[in-house]
Amino acid sequence: MNILTKLSSPKKMYVHYIKRYLERSLLVLALSLSNLQLINANELDYKLVAESVGQGTYAFIGSTKYFSKKNGGNIANAAYIVTNSGVIVIDTGSSYQYGKQMRQYIESTTGLSIIKVFNTHHHPDHFLGNQAFKDVPIASLQGIVNAIDSQGEAFNNNLYTLVGDWMKETEVYTPTEVITPGKLTIGGHEIEIIALNGHTDSDMVIYDHTTGVLFSGDLLFHNRTPAVPNANIENWLMSIRQLQQIDFKYLVPGHGPVTEDNRAIKQTRNYLSWLYDSLQQALNDGLDISETFKLELPEQFQDLDILHEEYKRAVLQLYPSMEQAFFN
Amino acid sequence: MNKQIKSLNTGFKIVLSFCFIINMSLVYGQPLVDPLNSPSWNLVHKLILSNETVVFDERVKVIVPDMAEDPMNVPVSVNVDGIGEIEEIRLFADLNPIKEILNFHPGKIEPFIAFRFKVQQSTPVRAAARTKDGVWHVGGSWLDATGGGCTAPSVGRALDNWVDTLGDVKSRLWSRVDRPDRLRFRIMHPMDTGLAPGIPEFYIETLELKDKHGELLAHIESYQPVSENPFFSVDLESKLFQGIVLSGRDNNGNLINQVLQ
Repeated sequence: MNILTKLSSPKKMYVHYIKRYLERSLLVLALSLSNLQLINANELDYKLVAESVGQGTYAFIGSTKYFSKKNGGNIANAAYIVTNSGVIVIDTGSSYQYGKQMRQYIESTTGLSIIKVFNTHHHPDHFLGNQAFKDVPIASLQGIVNAIDSQGEAFNNNLYTLVGDWMKETEVYTPTEVITPGKLTIGGHEIEIIALNGHTDSDMVIYDHTTGVLFSGDLLFHNRTPAVPNANIENWLMSIRQLQQIDFKYLVPGHGPVTEDNRAIKQTRNYLSWLYDSLQQALNDGLDISETFKLELPEQFQDLDILHEEYKRAVLQLYPSMEQAFFN
Repeated sequence: MNKQIKSLNTGFKIVLSFCFIINMSLVYGQPLVDPLNSPSWNLVHKLILSNETVVFDERVKVIVPDMAEDPMNVPVSVNVDGIGEIEEIRLFADLNPIKEILNFHPGKIEPFIAFRFKVQQSTPVRAAARTKDGVWHVGGSWLDATGGGCTAPSVGRALDNWVDTLGDVKSRLWSRVDRPDRLRFRIMHPMDTGLAPGIPEFYIETLELKDKHGELLAHIESYQPVSENPFFSVDLESKLFQGIVLSGRDNNGNLINQVLQ
């Protein structure tokens, strides 16, 4: 009882405790309410601002990090071309929220309606915003449509785990139109659809001959380590060789800043060839996968964002199948 | 007033004696504070190490990725360095539905093993290495995973020909400079956990490495979580390479027997 001796009676003691309890719970309640308000007001706003690439072409440049609750999955680039009959959208971001916010931005800044959406490949950071464009034809190559159909749901579930609330209400919406490679004219722009592969089994590149802007999708990464979850590195390198033939004025890569030169091409090509060679070397040296992801990475790639993280993932994703081939 | 001082004094005594007890446990016993702060440490200590004497020891190195990219194939390697002769290494994952992964008796080869396993959720992955004095030296690290590796059927189940290749072994040996010599081998086997609906457990239980005279070099007891078509890396001196034999048995009695090269 010694601690309580300053409280003269048990009744006073209870009053004291009840008072303290009420004060504290009110404080907690107030804090959580203010938190809730913060979440509602700010958390789900991607604050999208498009940058002008030139000649009526704009790009939303995403973070060069990996998916996180902080960036809400806004890690890839999306773009749009303003034509005289409406707007062409290339990729729709990682969530329904992203798609909606992107659409609202485009419509309010251009005053035009969206006439066509393209998906460059089946990865979730490039197509999960499709849901916001249900009234617009969404076009892609057959291989991409099939891949979204079969793997889209798993990607969507995985993103809920990685970025949380930002994904709310997001559902897979498969492209509604299958297109074939070749040239087409939309709103006075001569658009060429190029079918390549390597980053995934089916990668679509869009080249706008009218403006000289090349939209490479994830075949090119700029200042960011390439991601390889469904990659075939040899095919990817062949596809990059084809992209080098295109005399573009501007390049909108899948990740990282817009460029006018061949930096993104060089970076992606050098990293991929190094990755392939060093994994092959590790196999030849008899290394286990857990030893391979501990290898030192060359100085020349230290400028690429999330290098160590992405390299480890690359080893986990590529080494097992290389091992199988090596032992067969 | 006097009474209050007295009770304060008693309070001090209580606090002091607590400090003394904590100190004593630090000096004389292992504090046994799990460095991985796992909710299941006491359970795995009992189930897998029969509550035998344990020390947490950083010289038992367990390497797993931070995140299980593919829950069906999580690479793990264990290397024990500098604590003398190791009689047995037990690998286990505290929070896996089947906690045991593999027991490795290095015998005449190095206390190193690497392979892949299946994981159901984020969990500590540990190795306990027993020295001759009977003490288990435990190391480990946390693995982050979104789950699903143990309750999924093996990929081979979807193909028709897994029976044709069952028990086939492919291997390679490396004589290396600056690094220990190495043996890597792959065994074709579904390694079904029994946790996927309608598919009974079906997994390799024992593996033995013998030299050309039939003398045992090392042996392994493996459990359901070892990945499908398991791939093992072990280190041994290249003078043992000639005529080395891998033999083993699964829980259905199918035998594995092959001279490695």
